[in-house]
Amino acid sequence: MLDKDSEKPDQPAPSKGLAEVSPDAEMLSGGEMLVRALEEEGVEFIFGYPGGAVLHIYDALHKHSKIPHILVRHEQAATHAADGYSRSTGKTGVALVTSGPGATNAITGIATAYMDSIPMVVISGQVQSHLIGEDAFQETDMIGISRPVVKHSYLVQRTEDIPGILKKAFYLANSGRPGPVVVDIPKDISAPWEKRPFHYPKTVKMRSYTPSTKGHSGQIKRAVEELLRAKRPIIYSGGGVIQGKASEALRALAKHLNFPVTSTLMGLGAYPGSDRQFLGMLGMHGTYEANNTMHGSDLILAVGARFDDRVTNTVAKFCPDATIIHIDVDPTSISKTVSAHLPIVGPARETLEEMLEQIQAIEARDGIANKVDQAALALWWKQIDAWRAEQGIYASNRFDDTTDAIKPQEVIQLLHELTEGKAFVTSDVGQHQMFAAQYYVFDEPHQWINSGGLGTMGFGLPSAMGVKLAHPDSAVVCVTGEGSIQMCIQELSTCTQYKIPVLILNLNNGYLGMVKQWQDMQYEGRYAQSTYQDSLPDFIKLAEAYGHVGMKVTDKSTLREKMQEALEQSKTQLVFMDVYVDPHEHVYPMHIAPNGAMNDMWLSKGERTENGK
Amino acid sequence: MESSRRILSLLMENEAGALSRVVGLFSQRGYNIETLNVAPTNDKSLSRLTLTTIGDERKIEQITKQLNKLIDVIKLVDLTEGSHIERESMLIKVRATGAMREEIKRTTDIFRGQIVDVNSTLYTIQLIGTQQKLDAFIEAVKDANILEVVRSGVSGIARGEKILSL
Repeated sequence: MLDKDSEKPDQPAPSKGLAEVSPDAEMLSGGEMLVRALEEEGVEFIFGYPGGAVLHIYDALHKHSKIPHILVRHEQAATHAADGYSRSTGKTGVALVTSGPGATNAITGIATAYMDSIPMVVISGQVQSHLIGEDAFQETDMIGISRPVVKHSYLVQRTEDIPGILKKAFYLANSGRPGPVVVDIPKDISAPWEKRPFHYPKTVKMRSYTPSTKGHSGQIKRAVEELLRAKRPIIYSGGGVIQGKASEALRALAKHLNFPVTSTLMGLGAYPGSDRQFLGMLGMHGTYEANNTMHGSDLILAVGARFDDRVTNTVAKFCPDATIIHIDVDPTSISKTVSAHLPIVGPARETLEEMLEQIQAIEARDGIANKVDQAALALWWKQIDAWRAEQGIYASNRFDDTTDAIKPQEVIQLLHELTEGKAFVTSDVGQHQMFAAQYYVFDEPHQWINSGGLGTMGFGLPSAMGVKLAHPDSAVVCVTGEGSIQMCIQELSTCTQYKIPVLILNLNNGYLGMVKQWQDMQYEGRYAQSTYQDSLPDFIKLAEAYGHVGMKVTDKSTLREKMQEALEQSKTQLVFMDVYVDPHEHVYPMHIAPNGAMNDMWLSKGERTENGK
Repeated sequence: MESSRRILSLLMENEAGALSRVVGLFSQRGYNIETLNVAPTNDKSLSRLTLTTIGDERKIEQITKQLNKLIDVIKLVDLTEGSHIERESMLIKVRATGAMREEIKRTTDIFRGQIVDVNSTLYTIQLIGTQQKLDAFIEAVKDANILEVVRSGVSGIARGEKILSL
């Protein structure tokens, strides 16, 4: 939609501020400045949707930009695609949307990125400066409406401010604890007839923003003493390890110490999932061995994790014997829910590296290969291995694989096998997300892409587009469900336009599965609004309508063959694989709540841990 | 943990939207602002904001960290952690007729307030002091006589060498 105030004024306003600038400065419009700024920042893709307030910007992009623009079908998808791009590369994603509904549609994606600390710059158009506050057509207070879900935001008030603001926006988005930054640009600021001198700053310094670049050495020293004293240690690794590019440092430290490692949903892949020392995910749907090891530990080294309520279960009962060392670049994450005995504010990588250096220095000084109490550690590992053997989800199948029904877990296991564990996997939210997290064993960071904090259904497909564009030669699989996929299904059209061949693996159980699971467990099976009453579309026809390949699987015996075929075909074409899975499967283990501890879990239907009972 | 009243004072960029970020933080996270006072400093690019809030040690720590995390906030101090001077100003309009006219003037003198506007039935009184002192004055003149109260919110400064500046 276009606004009627887009005509050029009769008399172009004379350029102001010329005198202050060097005579050789290039004269650019706001739209052109924005394009140049994005190029200066090395932006590889812009995900967006045009509209009245950003028409000047789109025209500048059309005339001058070398950056490919991906036209999504809904602004929510623009932010999710930019987010997927970012999560898979570590670089800053960029979305461009218009004012009003364009801006509000982007909010869900911005909030998703905010909760998971994903670097993103969102440029939104705004109505002309003189109309702001007058309830103009397609006006919304984007700065206000986005405030609780951004790291920072800017309303651009002068054209000449664009370069400086963009420089700051990119710096803020991808430093310290990363996050989304909104830049709201009124239409007149980007007008082609308002030329101003362009100078893109090389560096940026902000007196009010100085993210930590190094952990406090004294604190690290004290933490090292605790680590070396531990008898029942565990490393609890979170998304901050991936965002902080600390995967190598984590692996080196964990290997050197021979400590067990568990990970949050967001941190999967930072430590190799297939390594002996890895216990699987912890928390509400964490493994038996991870949750037990946490609960029984005498020392927790938390890195880039935030003791989320989906991890801790009842805070008062959380890990009663553990001394907690907490490394985080964001001080607000430390002692927010669970008090840390030893807080270290600092970036994950540098801090972990310094820890290992200090440990090795102590061992060199003492002429000892490993300072940790090896006998105690061996005993601890013996206990952990016993938990693994008893109830571990990888030791033996925790689901009934003898029936004819296709189990969602085995679909994920098969996907892992056939992709050799090397695919990028995006997911939506619900049971399929948990099954993917549990059964696709991630060995590398950036490989597992899901909305952990906000839990945004609709995230899977658009984020897969961003991932695939960034990694055209890698397999990209969107694990989803028939509920979630319909929340951003319009993006099938975008995939057609830009020939984005991803594999959509739809675990179709005909229910909002996680809702149903809770209704089964807590509401005596009353399925309030968790089914669709036979109204599901024929996903095969739907995929085909967009020019993609549809594939339906209802027979377990054909699953392997069909998935092989789908993986092969999805090298060149988007394949929508609609797999009918057992509608009554639950995700286990599952924390017992309320009032449960870390190690209180349902292990299967009707089977629960009996701690202290 | 015991709740106590705190005076948090901070320096922030004097920019559009900075105040709303501070205020938004409180409402978003369910914290409460008791009083709020904000104005530019001698350096026009800076605003000094002082607020009072009530919370236990843990809550105050979280509020302080969250405020510090705001990009526009440059420095922050919890004045209640050290010795400090606290002031609030108040303009109060009271009915002053009959016997009360003299009584209110006396009370104002005791509190070292000033009558800054007068007519035949009203006094407008200016009073500066701690929050407690202003509360006590309101108590002393009694609700029935009070027509309007305007309080500035608490401002404060640390005693001695301690300085909140860039």
